[in-house]
Amino acid sequence: MHFEYRVQGGDFVRAGQASSQVKKILKQLNVSPNIIKRVVVALYEGEVNIVAHAFQGKIYVDIDTDKIRVVLDDVGPGIPDIEMAMKPGFSTASPIVREMGFGAGMGLPNIKENTDKMKIASVVGVGTRLEFEVNLKE
Amino acid sequence: MTVKDVVEALNLKVYSGTAGLNKEVTGGYTSDLLSDVMGNAPAGAIWITLQTHVNVMAVATLKDISAVILVKGLEPEANTVVQSNNEEIPILGTNLQAFEISGMLYNLIHSK
Repeated sequence: MHFEYRVQGGDFVRAGQASSQVKKILKQLNVSPNIIKRVVVALYEGEVNIVAHAFQGKIYVDIDTDKIRVVLDDVGPGIPDIEMAMKPGFSTASPIVREMGFGAGMGLPNIKENTDKMKIASVVGVGTRLEFEVNLKE
Repeated sequence: MTVKDVVEALNLKVYSGTAGLNKEVTGGYTSDLLSDVMGNAPAGAIWITLQTHVNVMAVATLKDISAVILVKGLEPEANTVVQSNNEEIPILGTNLQAFEISGMLYNLIHSK
């Protein structure tokens, strides 16, 4: 099964819609609640990263019997130092975004913790591609 | 214990999401960082926070939070109320600050 979602940079009102859709789909597929939780945490963080940092993005979700694979592709400023971005507590979010309770530098670590495979590729001034996989069988 | 029991015991205001007042409460989580709640709050918890914007409801929904308590008399924004009603997750309120209401909720949950 393949699904695509569009994400608009700066649109915090809709942040989380893709995650909510995917959660519903996985529930319908009778995926175990623990695994749904992991997927949802990772996807929501990825979605919010696009909203908080990029201009726009697309999310591609592929679900088969064994695993869910998600690609989040954005057009945005890119990440100059991915290793730094992965450090818990490191964030480049704006003061306004931080006031909302985002930008605590927990997003990427949360994604890493809740996925079985994770990869980030980024080109400064062009955009970022985050890919992750979660096994659906425990 | 249901959300309604907590509302009555702690004298909370109910702003929205009344359809969810019968949800079961199994714990609590106090935090104003959305990623912290996303990463760590247990399902069924009441979430205590000062954040009033609509993303609170996105996180609450994704994490199967039973209800949200806004502290210090803060009120939810209009679109937060709409989402709370749609998702049937109540938004509650207190004039107390987070430390005090957390302590009261802790005692309530652990006394049963």
